[in-house]
Amino acid sequence: MSTLPSIPSWRQVGRHAVFPEATHDEVARFDFLTRLNLHLSQMVLPGVKLAYEQRVKPAFVAEYSREPADRHEVRKAMQPDLHYQLWSALRRNSMEMRQQAGRALVFRQLERLRAAADALNEGAPTLKLDPSVRSPRYATAVDTHCMPGSYHTETVERDIAPGANYDAGIFVTTAGMLGAYSDGGGQALVDWLTQHKPGWKPRRILDIGCTIGHNALPLAQAFPEARVVAIDPATPVLRYGHARARSLGVHNIEFVQAVGESVPAEDASFDLVTTAMFWHETSSAAMPRIMKEVHRVLAPGGLTLHLEQPQYAGMDPFVAFMRDWDAYNNNEPFWTRMHEADLDRLVTQAGFPNGSYFETTMQAKVDRRLFPAAAAGEGGAAQEDYGRTPTWTAFGANKPAVPA
Amino acid sequence: MKPEPQHLDPVAEANRRAQGKRPWFLQDPATERVLSIAMALAGELSVARERIDTLERLLEQRGLLSRADIEGFSPDAAAQTERDAWGRAYIARILRIIDQDVQALNEANAGAPDPSIEAVIEELGRSADPT
Repeated sequence: MSTLPSIPSWRQVGRHAVFPEATHDEVARFDFLTRLNLHLSQMVLPGVKLAYEQRVKPAFVAEYSREPADRHEVRKAMQPDLHYQLWSALRRNSMEMRQQAGRALVFRQLERLRAAADALNEGAPTLKLDPSVRSPRYATAVDTHCMPGSYHTETVERDIAPGANYDAGIFVTTAGMLGAYSDGGGQALVDWLTQHKPGWKPRRILDIGCTIGHNALPLAQAFPEARVVAIDPATPVLRYGHARARSLGVHNIEFVQAVGESVPAEDASFDLVTTAMFWHETSSAAMPRIMKEVHRVLAPGGLTLHLEQPQYAGMDPFVAFMRDWDAYNNNEPFWTRMHEADLDRLVTQAGFPNGSYFETTMQAKVDRRLFPAAAAGEGGAAQEDYGRTPTWTAFGANKPAVPA
Repeated sequence: MKPEPQHLDPVAEANRRAQGKRPWFLQDPATERVLSIAMALAGELSVARERIDTLERLLEQRGLLSRADIEGFSPDAAAQTERDAWGRAYIARILRIIDQDVQALNEANAGAPDPSIEAVIEELGRSADPT
């Protein structure tokens, strides 16, 4: 019998009142996709690096008498390689199949799911929708990570389908490595705060670009006396996120329709401002506007903390090329430029003092409900998979207690 | 006014494409479409196999069968491990040709690439060992 760790089944996913119910075959379909994703990352992906080292790079060196200088040269050189083409074609397909499976699950029971969300949302002062807020161009230029309709498209009145599809599918895309409730990012933020600011109890927390609130909820749970404001421009994910939070018994959070460039809050309203996997879904024009707004709403002595993928500066061109795959092939068009940005400069130009920028590494906590055998260092993907394993870079800044 | 959920066609909604120009990777776009269809079939076979597995286990356990039993069946840890093992082998069977590409790349990386068949033919066809 194989000693490989068991793969978490979608059957083990965390549930709540607005989470879709799956039939036997729908679960089997998701589990096939989880296994396919793992096969692609563990068995097929290593060949992409070998193809680069053995035939693509030597051919490049033979032609130009030097190695590729950056990820763009690597990409152009790799595009004609058959193994890279096959891996990419399979990966793109697995993304599309996951969307198809998630939407098939959600739309056949949308009437029931919407009624469940309505029951939790109706008249709630903690769900604040504002029809004057429009999704920015960067959120609608393409359908983010190949989600048809992205976060914002409403197919029915009071729609929640994009939220339900997103929630149901993250578990498949990440093979459960973000935990039963796919909240590993938020938990990593909480862990870092617990370790690095022991005893600190922020009372007012803002999470920007919250989508379904899966990374904001751990903050609300870790700081039960705090009031969390989670903002996003897309109504379907806000409705879904609000109902999800209520159903999970988290009441110290409100979901507000707003963009990061214009937070509906007074100056100095928050002790902690967070994002999780947010900046790469914005734009070069939006980033400084949003960071200025973060600085404005942050109280003196407050902290801002952002979970992201690592920046490309100083990174091996092949590794950066692999990490860039989603930008070109999985509808993450700002991913490539975002990871070139000078984040220290971004923070400083937004008003934080020189030297206040910091960077750190965070890892998702292994969910032992899903990986019961997991000891430290076990159970996750052992080899480099260029951003699929939940190890992140986080950056942030402290706002001085007394203005400089 | 948007349609009511019960008036939507879930099959059409499930197949909706994502906005944004789709990248194609293989030189022949027809081949890539066949690959997509093959992977969808692979998925459906996996689903069917898992349903049969459930049926067999339930029949073995109880000697009876109902739809509710199938929908409600949840494998224990041992059954899940067996399913994972089957699922791994199943995907490996389908993607064997690509796995073998990786093996060849690994062997070349270790300095032991296959010689060309022509070279082997030449070698085996030599009339006497070169000395």
